[in-house]
Amino acid sequence: MKSFFLALLKSRAGLFGFLLVLVFIAGAILAPYLGLPSPTRSSLTARMVAPTWTSLFSPGAHPLGTDELGRDILSRILYGSRTTLLIAAGAVVLGGVVGTLLGIVAGYYRGMVDRILMRIVDIQLALPLMLLALLVVAAVGASSQNLVVVLALTSWLRYARIIRGQVLALREREFILSAHAIGAGTWRIMIKHLLPNVMTPVLVIATLELARIIIMDAALSFLGLGVQPPSPSWGRMLADGRVYITTAWWIVTFPGLAILLTVLSVNLLGDWLRDYFDPKLRTAR
Amino acid sequence: MTMEKTPQKPLVIADRLCKTYGGGRGFLAGSTPALKAVDNVSFEIYPGETLGLVGESGSGKSTTGRVLLQLEEPTSGDIIFKGQNLTGLSKPLLKPFRRDMQIIFQDPYSSLNPRMTVGEFVGEPLVVHGQGGNRSERNDRVAALFRRVGLDPSFMTRYPHEFSGGQRQRVCIARGIALDPALIVADEPITALDVSIQAQIVNLFQDLQDELGLTYLFIAHDLSMIRYLCHRVAVMLRGRIVEIGPCEAIFENPQHPYTQALLSAIPVPDPKIERERRPIAFDVNANPTPADAVLKPVGERHFVLG
Amino acid sequence: MTPLLDIRNLTVVFDTPAGTVHAVNDVSYTIEEGETLGIVGESGSGKSVHALSMVGLIARPPGRIVSGEVYFKGRDLLKLAPRELYNLRGKEIGFVFQDPMTSLNPVLTIERQIAEPLRRHFNLSKNQARERVVELLELVGIPNARTRIGQYPHEFSGGMRQRVMIAIGISCNPKLLIADEATTALDVTVQAQILDLVRDLKKKIGTTVIWITHDMGVVAGLADTIQVMYGGRIMERGPVDAVFEDPRSAYTWGLLKSLPHGGKRGATRLYQIPGNPPNLIEKPVGDPFAPRNAFATERCKRETPPLLQVEDGVAGHKAAAWYDLRAELKKEREASA
Repeated sequence: MKSFFLALLKSRAGLFGFLLVLVFIAGAILAPYLGLPSPTRSSLTARMVAPTWTSLFSPGAHPLGTDELGRDILSRILYGSRTTLLIAAGAVVLGGVVGTLLGIVAGYYRGMVDRILMRIVDIQLALPLMLLALLVVAAVGASSQNLVVVLALTSWLRYARIIRGQVLALREREFILSAHAIGAGTWRIMIKHLLPNVMTPVLVIATLELARIIIMDAALSFLGLGVQPPSPSWGRMLADGRVYITTAWWIVTFPGLAILLTVLSVNLLGDWLRDYFDPKLRTAR
Repeated sequence: MTMEKTPQKPLVIADRLCKTYGGGRGFLAGSTPALKAVDNVSFEIYPGETLGLVGESGSGKSTTGRVLLQLEEPTSGDIIFKGQNLTGLSKPLLKPFRRDMQIIFQDPYSSLNPRMTVGEFVGEPLVVHGQGGNRSERNDRVAALFRRVGLDPSFMTRYPHEFSGGQRQRVCIARGIALDPALIVADEPITALDVSIQAQIVNLFQDLQDELGLTYLFIAHDLSMIRYLCHRVAVMLRGRIVEIGPCEAIFENPQHPYTQALLSAIPVPDPKIERERRPIAFDVNANPTPADAVLKPVGERHFVLG
Repeated sequence: MTPLLDIRNLTVVFDTPAGTVHAVNDVSYTIEEGETLGIVGESGSGKSVHALSMVGLIARPPGRIVSGEVYFKGRDLLKLAPRELYNLRGKEIGFVFQDPMTSLNPVLTIERQIAEPLRRHFNLSKNQARERVVELLELVGIPNARTRIGQYPHEFSGGMRQRVMIAIGISCNPKLLIADEATTALDVTVQAQILDLVRDLKKKIGTTVIWITHDMGVVAGLADTIQVMYGGRIMERGPVDAVFEDPRSAYTWGLLKSLPHGGKRGATRLYQIPGNPPNLIEKPVGDPFAPRNAFATERCKRETPPLLQVEDGVAGHKAAAWYDLRAELKKEREASA
């Protein structure tokens, strides 16, 4: 753990990404304690108030302005991040774990297991993911847990396909044969020999997927199938603020910026993690 | 160690081994022509002996080694190790035998797990077979193995990419001898190494044989090293053994035209000899081996396919 | 007579995340027209890198030519524009690489691949080029050349592919042919045929050849001059007979001594050079072989020995050594006697 932070301190981009992620997480956790107006309280007298930077610390002010119903945007972004980040992180972890394991299983066993898994992937890829997500959400309802599962469902196949290809190449490497030669069991070969060697692509896909999932979550909210109003979500803020872009630019800009910064910070952190897990690059630095 | 065994009893017997690839019909894949990688190969290796296996790429020598260790299942034939027939044994039944036979590969770059420290890699066989006790006892054993193959035990926590080819091969050898095996299949273990390192590894193989009584199947295409290392040599061509015999008989008195061609093709590091050397040509396609050919004795323990 | 190729103080480095790799350090040598130079060395000796860098075939970055001049027929190759180098390669300087499978394009016919440099350099028509391709394939000993030109690389065996590579290398009658481990991936019997072919071609068309390999045996049979490289430097160089019989660099001597030489199994162990190949990331100081050399003096560790004509040796026999290997070996013999 200590070496982890030491290595992190040496990488400017990694540290920046890490700190930014920390800020978002802190914002999400601390949102109720910052003395902000409630994210759901609307005020007809304070509709579409422009951002005022000077009012950052005066109570009752709106540093990022208010939306068309007079709700405080900063507050909505922070409260929105609680659901958005939780759902996105949950979906990435669930989809990543399931997809990676299935990819390793398919590549390792080949044969029938592989054919069945890959046909499922093909079939699912043939369906538009959005449509699939819509159908499932419409069927089971739009709770946070359901959203995590639905978004993971659209995500696992990306891992499974790429990891399977990697494993197919890896299993021909002689250190895998050597593991067979000492009598190592299937589980040991998968966890000790295959998994560490596919971590690079897994992390790359995961960072890309996180960005995609945040946007997909936004799209689902936009279509009214995400987190239900009046709970704030970044996607819904984007969707609702869209029409006011010419008159009140801040309504759509700040949630957009929040998505952008989240995706950026996760990408930076992901790049760094990928290098960190590669022993070759770790010692080179 | 070798004294306990009677020299007449082979450690391992390969009996009419065949390995065929393809030929089946796959789902949505159509049929592929069958390739006989190993074709009716029989030999035995005695305790403490080094049997050299030579042949060109595609001759089936590597496949023979892998089939012998049950890393690939033979299509037909038997492998008898210490009197026990290994063919058809299930994975759990085979596991105790895995302790007794190990393999060293050609490419020390792809035979180490890049994401595992070399210490963990060398100690893995001990973990798998529940030997070596707790973590610190196991560490001591791994350190001893490192010293045994000429590596500094302080390297144990490092990753493979920090090592040169020769050092990596030493790591592989340390892992290979961790469980005190009887038989080691060495599949071209020096081919990928730098010339100035090859002699070090060859000497290490010999020292280990002297001290631990190891038995080797040494697969190579460098015949001069084979001559230096082996007691007996088998020459493979297109999946079959065309000649087998004591090293001296093969090198001094080769009988099969292919063996003769192979021997005449080795470049000699001496310009005077080299200018006079005229390689004998051998066209495999013009001289196909009859399918019903069998190994016939031509001298003391010396057999030729014909 | 001016030499065909005159390399002066060539130094090449690679900038990697782990540090600067000093691949070629101050290499100078010449090669006369018609000569066959065998360059021997192990990985990291600089034998391949120096040859590739002089014709602009290393990736830059990470490669960087720090200094040097490479005169080929009077022109400094390192000062040529990429376009001029491109025109030179294939036409005046031919190449044969180690791996014929990756060097040939799998989706083009053999004819296309051999004809490409011909048509580019000589403006031949399609039919003229085809005639030349057939002629070349016959020259390198590929039977049924006329029917085989329409085939793809995978339809050729490893040895036949390497013959195709040689045909491409010599297609424009280059003045200089550089072969980099051209037979390493081949079986010994095929290697013997390829070496015969090269000897034969030299007789027929008189090409100057640089043959880069790690195999002392191959050099013994092919080269007029041998050049031994280690740690990015030339350790020894001279007529093959002189160097094999009377090596003056401890590295050459160790290499030759560590080979089995037809030795049988038995009492003797092989002579082994101790230690590991040098780490080229550290700035080279002194004789690169000194850490592995039992005869090394204090001076070898501090100061790089220049490549000098060997006293009482044949003309052109040069070695880079502060120690006197002959005297040391004599002392050793006397001590053991």
